[in-house]
Amino acid sequence: MTDHYIVLSAVLFAIGTIGFMTRRNAIVAFMCVELMLNASNLALVAFSHKTGALDGQIAAFFVMVVAAAEVVVGLAIIVTIFRTRRSASIDDANLLKF
Amino acid sequence: MGAQIAFWLLAPVMVLGALGMILARKPVHSALCLAAVMISLAVQYAALDAPFLFAVQIIVYTGAILMLFLFVLMLVGVDAADSLVETIRGQRPLAIVAGVGFGLLLVLAVGRAVVGPDIGLAADNAAYGGNVQGLANLIFTKYVIAFEATSALLITAAVGAMVLAHRERLTQRKTQGDLVGERMRRYAETGQHPGPLPTPGVYARHNAVDTPALLPDGTLSELSVSATLRNRSGQPDRRDLVRPIQRTIAELQADGELPQVTKPGAALTRRADLIPLEGSDKEHHGDTPGPGAEPDGGTA
Repeated sequence: MTDHYIVLSAVLFAIGTIGFMTRRNAIVAFMCVELMLNASNLALVAFSHKTGALDGQIAAFFVMVVAAAEVVVGLAIIVTIFRTRRSASIDDANLLKF
Repeated sequence: MGAQIAFWLLAPVMVLGALGMILARKPVHSALCLAAVMISLAVQYAALDAPFLFAVQIIVYTGAILMLFLFVLMLVGVDAADSLVETIRGQRPLAIVAGVGFGLLLVLAVGRAVVGPDIGLAADNAAYGGNVQGLANLIFTKYVIAFEATSALLITAAVGAMVLAHRERLTQRKTQGDLVGERMRRYAETGQHPGPLPTPGVYARHNAVDTPALLPDGTLSELSVSATLRNRSGQPDRRDLVRPIQRTIAELQADGELPQVTKPGAALTRRADLIPLEGSDKEHHGDTPGPGAEPDGGTA
C-alpha cells in the first residue's frame, strides 16, 4: 500500500514541477511550489507509516512550518513587486539580470 | 481497508485537482483546485495514522496559507492572466516534456524502491498514549534544537513581511484643510463643482448605478455614472430609459385605469424629441394605445 502513496506523491510533485515551469503568474507559480511541498509531505508521512516511526511525521510538521514562513515572505515580495511594477508576471521582474 | 477506500476515492480527486490547478486560466480557480488537493491530502494523513498532521494540514495549509494566497490574489487583481509572450523559445513544450520525464523517473525509481512489510504506527501511537503525545515527546527531546530554530525562523518571517510591506511616505500627509483648499482652488480656476457628484438616475424599471440621471433639459448627466462603468457598458440611449414608462402610462390611460392628467405648461417643459406627448397624440389617434412607442418618428 505504501508504494501507492509514493506514486501519488511523485505524480503530484511532477505536476507541481510542470506548473512551476510553465505558468507565468507569480502567485500560481508559488501555488505550484506549495503543491510540491505537500507532495513531499505525503511521501514523508507514508514512509513514516511504513517504517513504524514517528520521525517522518515530525519532518512533515517542520516542512509545514517552513512553508508557512516561506509563504508569508514570498507573498510579501510578490506584493512589493506588484506595487512597483504593476504586474504579477514573473517575466516582468528581470532587472536583476543585468 | 478503510485506508484503501480513502486512497482510491481521493487519489483521482487529488490528481485532477493538481491538473486543474496548473491548467486553470484564472488564478482563483487554481487556488480552489489547490484547496481540494490539500483537503484530500488531510484525509490521506488521517488514513495513515497521523491525526495531528490531519488537523494541522487543514488548519495551517487550507485555513491559513491558502487564505493568504486568496488575499494576495484579491490585492493584486484576480484577472491577472498569464502573458502569452515566450521569453525563451519553446520553453513550454520543453518544460512539459521535462516534467513528464521527471515524473516517470520518480514513479519508476522511487515508487518501486519500497520493499518489506508495512509496519504501521499503531504501536508508536500507543506508546505515549496517542499520536499527539508521541509527536510531542519527539519534538521536545530529539528534535528540540530544530524546534527552537523554527521559532527563530517564524520571527524572521514575521519581521521580513513587515519590512517588505512597509512603505515610506515621501510627501506630507494632506490634511482636511489642504483638501478643502485644493477643491476651492479648482472651483475658482476651472469651475469644477466643489460638491458631491450627482446620484444615478431612478426610473420605474432602472435604478442601477449605471443608469444616468436626466437633467432638466432631458439630456443625460455624465457625472452621475462612474467613468469605469461608462467605459465598460457604454452610454445607454436616453430614449430607452423613458420609453417604457411612457408606454405603460399610455396603455393605462387607454384602458381608463389612469385618469388623464394634463399639467399646465407640460408641453413647454417637455422636449418633443425626447419625450413624446401623449396628450397631443391622443387628440389625433383617438383611443389607439401605445402612442409613445415610436418617439423617433416625430421631430428629428
